[in-house]
Amino acid sequence: MATMTMIQALRSAMDVMLERDDNVVVYGQDVGYFGGVFRCTDGLQAKYGSSRVFDAPISEGGIVGTAIGMAAYGLRPVVEVQFADYFYPASDQIVSEAARLRYRSVGDFTAPITIRMPCGGGIYGGQTHSQSPEALFTHVCGLRTVMPSNPYDAKGLLIASIENDDPVIFLEPKRLYNGPFDGHHDKPMVPWSAHPTSEVPEGHYVVPLASAAVFKPGTDLTVITYGTMVFVSEAAARETGIDAEIIDLRSLWPLDLPTIVESVKKTRRCVVVHEATRTSGLGAELVSLVQEHCFYHLEAPIERVTGWDTPYPHALEWAYFPGPARVAAAMQRAMEK
Amino acid sequence: MNPGPLHLHVPEPSARPGHETDFSYLHLARAGEARRPAVDVSPVDTSDLAYTLVRVLDDDGRAVGPWAPQIATDRLRHGLRAMMKMRAYDARMLIAQRQKKISFYMQCLGEEAIAVAHALALQPGDMCFPTYRQQGLLLVRDDIDMVEMMCQAMSNERDPIKGRQLPLLHSYKRAGFFTISGNLATQFVQAVGWAMASAIKGDTKIASAWIGDGATAESDFHTALTFAHVYRAPVILNVVNNQWAISTFQAIAGGEATTFAARGVGCGIASLRVDGNDFLAVHAASLWAAERARSNLGPTLIEWITYRAGAHSTSDDPSRYRPGDDWQHFPLGDPIARLKQHLIGIGAWSDKENDDTQKELDAQVAAALKEAERYGSLLDGHIPPLSSMFEDVYKDMPPHLREQMRQAEAT
Repeated sequence: MATMTMIQALRSAMDVMLERDDNVVVYGQDVGYFGGVFRCTDGLQAKYGSSRVFDAPISEGGIVGTAIGMAAYGLRPVVEVQFADYFYPASDQIVSEAARLRYRSVGDFTAPITIRMPCGGGIYGGQTHSQSPEALFTHVCGLRTVMPSNPYDAKGLLIASIENDDPVIFLEPKRLYNGPFDGHHDKPMVPWSAHPTSEVPEGHYVVPLASAAVFKPGTDLTVITYGTMVFVSEAAARETGIDAEIIDLRSLWPLDLPTIVESVKKTRRCVVVHEATRTSGLGAELVSLVQEHCFYHLEAPIERVTGWDTPYPHALEWAYFPGPARVAAAMQRAMEK
Repeated sequence: MNPGPLHLHVPEPSARPGHETDFSYLHLARAGEARRPAVDVSPVDTSDLAYTLVRVLDDDGRAVGPWAPQIATDRLRHGLRAMMKMRAYDARMLIAQRQKKISFYMQCLGEEAIAVAHALALQPGDMCFPTYRQQGLLLVRDDIDMVEMMCQAMSNERDPIKGRQLPLLHSYKRAGFFTISGNLATQFVQAVGWAMASAIKGDTKIASAWIGDGATAESDFHTALTFAHVYRAPVILNVVNNQWAISTFQAIAGGEATTFAARGVGCGIASLRVDGNDFLAVHAASLWAAERARSNLGPTLIEWITYRAGAHSTSDDPSRYRPGDDWQHFPLGDPIARLKQHLIGIGAWSDKENDDTQKELDAQVAAALKEAERYGSLLDGHIPPLSSMFEDVYKDMPPHLREQMRQAEAT
């Protein structure tokens, strides 16, 4: 066991898979010699050579498009889109190609690719370095969308994603790269070493896809969330004294519905939290699922806490970010009714 | 000097319906005129070849010049027969669409030489990433069953891709034929990735990417050129310039006063502009590019000059936007007639053999369609089972799709 940040855990996952499987290749903008702008691939080129870990031109469509071709050949490419905000030029390759290759060819060709993308705000990244576009992926049939919230899950989910035979969108909340940020941006940063999930095995293990975690058990209400908002929700529960059960989805789609349903039927109250914009966000789908499966168990309307329906602002970042106060208010509303 | 107000230039073809096209815009060269450099030529030294036209067959059907390939007569006869089969297949499928036996069809009339002669220059294991007008890559092979191809067009119970795709959007991994998307240009980048993978693995296989003149305007085309050049990918980048993308003339795709081959040179890629209706030139240029790719010399871009003799698809009416008799005036002629003339000229074919072959192929295609019809079609309800709609979205069906399948089957 070692203590790892999320960056180190992600690097360890790629290291393990490059070592175990000759068909794994890692590439993207600044990924090779330099080791990535967030250092996630640092040292991998030196260890595995430039034909397996290399730099790519600044072309997300090219990075994903070539990965699909490599996967059709038989490789398992792990590619990085430097910021999730930059994936849009690759949309056609992701939506029309990777997601449907197996379907349209009846398994003659498949695209077992993993597309890593740092996402989310809280780093003063402005509107082009802060987005959470997960709902654009969960809407696409044929994709798996994953978002870890801590180092242990990050490594186990990334290994599971690389080994999975479906295309996986792997979203990394960049505000969690170096510590379990709980939304209190004015307080000193807590390092991962202070958190139990930074205990990460050095070798191979998987966290299964489509399996949620009960991040914190509780009895008063259920919070359904993922990524950075797991820690924000935990802070809100602590500060309100509400005994919330916090479900970390980990896999956003396909997701672990039984864990959600079991929890909501137990607590009878539900708050859905995500950082992404509100309208047609993944929260809308989660609220629908809870309504369809738990309606007769609910004691109160389902609450939803999200980013506002605006671009991610630079100066007003913390007014946009759904911090502990907003989550706490939603929890209290859910408890009052 | 006052230049006057600015005005927007919108390219136009030289003729619209009722007039005669001036094909001088094609800038042709004489057969045998273009030089043939060594395969290890520096890409920049192919600049002239991106603006001229590589041709082998002259107007009398003789093979002339440095590109005349060493190819066995039997291979040429095989090629002619495959092109004739392709044309017979197209003709029969067009009728089948008009008879409402299939929903839709796209022929490759006039472009048969490109896919057929190119396929004969590749090796087993190589992978083509085709568009919907390279059916010849399949029909030239003896191991692809024409009946099965027709079943695909009918989306019937024998369709190997279970009625999931429009007619013609085949997938034949075993025949080196990548699944056709229906979206344009995406496959051009994927071919480069496939070729990169072959190089990463130290393999000997090469990829062959296909795109039309119209879709070169997509960013995927330029992206593919960049990646192919950067990683020196073992790939042949084929641009089939058939002059028309539905009603969009090739000048609207950016072909006016330049060539599509010139894009390659600008990206550091060896590039050729070739007579796509000249079976021998297509074969020779394809062999040259394949040898470059297999020798770690990197990609070659080839612009094939041809003419889309038929409509874009069965949903298109080209008489609305171009002269109806354009193909008769196209200066590069008909690829089948030209190879036939050559083979007769060298004593390897005859009019009688031609007639007999034509009859045999027509009968073969008609019999195949008759057999395919026995398995029904999309239009008479002989379609794959409902459950197949939910299969293969993921490798293993997730719970939400199992639930939706249950709901679909219950209604």
